[in-house]
Amino acid sequence: MYTPHTQRDIEAMLRVVGASSLDELVKVPDAVAIKAPLEVAPALPESELTQRFAGFASRVGATDYVSFLGAGAYRHYVPPVIATLAMRGEFLTAYTPYQAEVSQGYLQAIYEWQSYIALLTGLDVANASVYDGATALAEGAIMAVNATGRKAVLVSRAVHPNYRAVLKTYADGLDLDIDELPYAADGTTDLSTIDAALADQRYAAVVVQTPNIFGAIDALPVGMAEKIKATGTLVIGVVAEALSLAALSTPASWGVDIAVGEGQSFGVSLAYGGPYVGFIACTTEHLRRIPGRLVGKSLDKDGKEAYVLTLQAREQHIRREKATSNICTNQAHCALVATIYLAAMGKTGLRNCASANLKRSRELEKAVTAIDGFTTRFSAPYFNEFAVRVPGGSAKDVLKALQAKGILGGVDLGRWYPELDDTILMTATEVTTDADIAHLVTALSEVRSLAGVH
Amino acid sequence: MPAFTETPLIFDIGQDGRANNYFAEGAPLSDFLPLDALRDELPLPDNSELDVVRHFTRLSQKTFSIDTNFYPLGSCTMKYNPRVNDAMANLPALRDLHPLVPDELAQGALAVMWELERSLASLFGMAAFSLNPAAGAHAELTALLIAKKYFKKYGQALTRTTVIVPDTAHGTNPASAAMVGFKVVSLKSDARGRVSVDEIKKAIGSDTAVVMMTNPNTLGLYEDQIKEITDAVHDVGGLMYYDGANANALMGNSRPGDMGFDLMHLNLHKTFSIPHGGGGAGAGPVGVARHLVPFLPMPVVRATNIVSEPEGWKSSDDFTFALDFNREDSIGTMRSFWSNFAHMVRALSYTYANGAEGLTMVSKLAVLNANYIRASVSDLIEIPYDEYNRHEFVASAQAIKRETGVRALDIGKALLDRGYHAPTVYFPLLVPECLMIEPTETESKETLDGFIAAFREILIAARENPQSILDAPLNTVVKRIDETRAARQPDLRWHPPTG
Repeated sequence: MYTPHTQRDIEAMLRVVGASSLDELVKVPDAVAIKAPLEVAPALPESELTQRFAGFASRVGATDYVSFLGAGAYRHYVPPVIATLAMRGEFLTAYTPYQAEVSQGYLQAIYEWQSYIALLTGLDVANASVYDGATALAEGAIMAVNATGRKAVLVSRAVHPNYRAVLKTYADGLDLDIDELPYAADGTTDLSTIDAALADQRYAAVVVQTPNIFGAIDALPVGMAEKIKATGTLVIGVVAEALSLAALSTPASWGVDIAVGEGQSFGVSLAYGGPYVGFIACTTEHLRRIPGRLVGKSLDKDGKEAYVLTLQAREQHIRREKATSNICTNQAHCALVATIYLAAMGKTGLRNCASANLKRSRELEKAVTAIDGFTTRFSAPYFNEFAVRVPGGSAKDVLKALQAKGILGGVDLGRWYPELDDTILMTATEVTTDADIAHLVTALSEVRSLAGVH
Repeated sequence: MPAFTETPLIFDIGQDGRANNYFAEGAPLSDFLPLDALRDELPLPDNSELDVVRHFTRLSQKTFSIDTNFYPLGSCTMKYNPRVNDAMANLPALRDLHPLVPDELAQGALAVMWELERSLASLFGMAAFSLNPAAGAHAELTALLIAKKYFKKYGQALTRTTVIVPDTAHGTNPASAAMVGFKVVSLKSDARGRVSVDEIKKAIGSDTAVVMMTNPNTLGLYEDQIKEITDAVHDVGGLMYYDGANANALMGNSRPGDMGFDLMHLNLHKTFSIPHGGGGAGAGPVGVARHLVPFLPMPVVRATNIVSEPEGWKSSDDFTFALDFNREDSIGTMRSFWSNFAHMVRALSYTYANGAEGLTMVSKLAVLNANYIRASVSDLIEIPYDEYNRHEFVASAQAIKRETGVRALDIGKALLDRGYHAPTVYFPLLVPECLMIEPTETESKETLDGFIAAFREILIAARENPQSILDAPLNTVVKRIDETRAARQPDLRWHPPTG
């Protein structure tokens, strides 16, 4: 129970309170009293509790599999020093740093996170984080709606389908229209219809993702962002694989007003989907529309530099229904993990890691497409994942066959795109080994001959 | 050992070429991609690992936390975060599990989610929970989207436009309602600090979509007419939403479901001992009554070899599980992937550590601790609603301010000097110069006695030597900060040196 009270404590405290029993303090009307016993997980001493959870862990079959899964959640090497520092109790058990005088350490760490995200995206400012990549997109879209007064958003179909799904959920609440741009034959966003789409000036923003869900680098071509902005529409760039920011041209350089994304790759555990850490960065023009918390540097009354939560007039606890967003929690601890990761990696570590991702994924592509019948689905350059068309027409069947051989071969794109049910999204990172690739190639060759049979 | 009060930014510590040996040196990026796809420069510092360790260790030493000190922070439930929870969340099989693995390879993780969901359903009297939302505010948004979808399904989307929130409500309530396009109406509390049945009857009607309430409310008072209130709202066709921020007061005592609530959320980072982490990640499961189950966000965990879901917890050992994405009336999904799963592991670990009886005792002792502080300070500061409170209570520094100029804020700052976190101040809004105090059940009588002594000393000093309180804090690494300057001249990031 983690309660330190002895019977003597309880009696002494009840005397001070003037109550005769604990039950007297918590009396409720009969109409709402609990009538039947509660059925919750039974109490176990810690020594047995840990065995119970070891049991849950043993029921996770994926543990020993070779994995080529990505699509918005990535396996990367995380130096042990990250957890050592992040799990310090002072960080782990701190409250939101509203009392700045006793929270200078955490506030500085968040200021450093904001700085890292601004530097990586090339934009002016970043907030203290949001829940994850998908909610970052939804909040970014709301910023654009508020900035333009328009109630529609134009989103590339090559943006992560889960992110688009969340955008749709939020849009239902706010009565926004979400329209889509198709993807082109090379796997990038098809911009051939954009002039017509922009003509009636109804879109708050155009949203593209790079690398996109197919792995393709999908930054807007030169001049496109200016053209979009000339119609009063903002450009939102999505980044689902944050490591790519260490290598690819910055969202700012190809013209975004708002960059949103997922920071899980910066040292945050996969953990079956969360918690992760979303980021939002933007140009100074949109600073006062950014949701969530911001840390600023100021001075204390002795003139000493000090950090403090700032621009709180945007936030729900001050503005209530007029706030820019209802968000109050950010993902401070995940952002801290990412900040420590970025500090430890530095420019050199990030570059080497990005280089290894580029190298490994190309080795994987080469090995897989050397097998008869497996072809690269899209021709656009990619970062660390790419789409492969499989022989026999069913990505699902191939993945099932691989699973029987201890391999998670990638993501069946048919899960989200019915027309791509013959295509697997495969990911390789710096932790992918030669042995992993060899194992996959052997298995795929066997699957191939099986596919040839029927 | 001197205190390390000066901590330069990480950007001012590093030197180019001081890299750690995490990876082999890689080929130039231009070997793989055309130059126009690559960024020109990456202006981040290289730091030795030792410098990184010292930097963040020193930052941690300048951070107030539960592990170092006591938080009497109202509405935030700053209880001890048991370390076994973290250890269970960090079991490699759970920590390293990719969200897109096929269900049959994730059974243990799905079992954790299912057992937690079933436990919460019984504990709070709901038919089902979704673990999808990432935080309390996110869960409120989820619940209001459920309400909107529900009214749409029954052809009332255009008429049910109003959300009613009492003046004691958390600021997130109106902000969430606005994000779903509802008009927000504020309801005045009565002289007893509660929502009155007469007032609610006057406020509700055929336009009422949802009434959002906490119980106990943010004054720490139990809404003893809650059943009459929920009945009245149901009579006009509205839904009742339970804000679970104060759920630490009522486990095993009374259940939102029995009170008549249709929807609720929990803050697992409050009631279920998940570390606050300096402001997230949190987790906010949403619970619903039977008629709203079809609208829950996707995916939900479903036992595949069972006829109907049990009312409460059952061992998952005999069942197999799947993520269910095939739900026609669902509001959709709220996040990139399924749940803040690591926190579900922590919450279930906490549930196993306590069991039903333990959780019941948790709430009783949380209430005892709060009452003990109230009874120990009420001779020195006004308690506007001086009766048995639940897990928290509010005091008002209005009289002290009138006599001495010392405000609630100043009292909070003086507590910082004495090694205690400030209480929540200026909330709820209806109590002037409000200090809201919630000790939680994990604090010992000795810790509470220390806090009470410090609080009393400050209240006495406020009258005898107000300047000593107005100047506080003096012992912290920085003194009061110029917030106006921070907002007027925003400095939100480091810039690389130019030239």
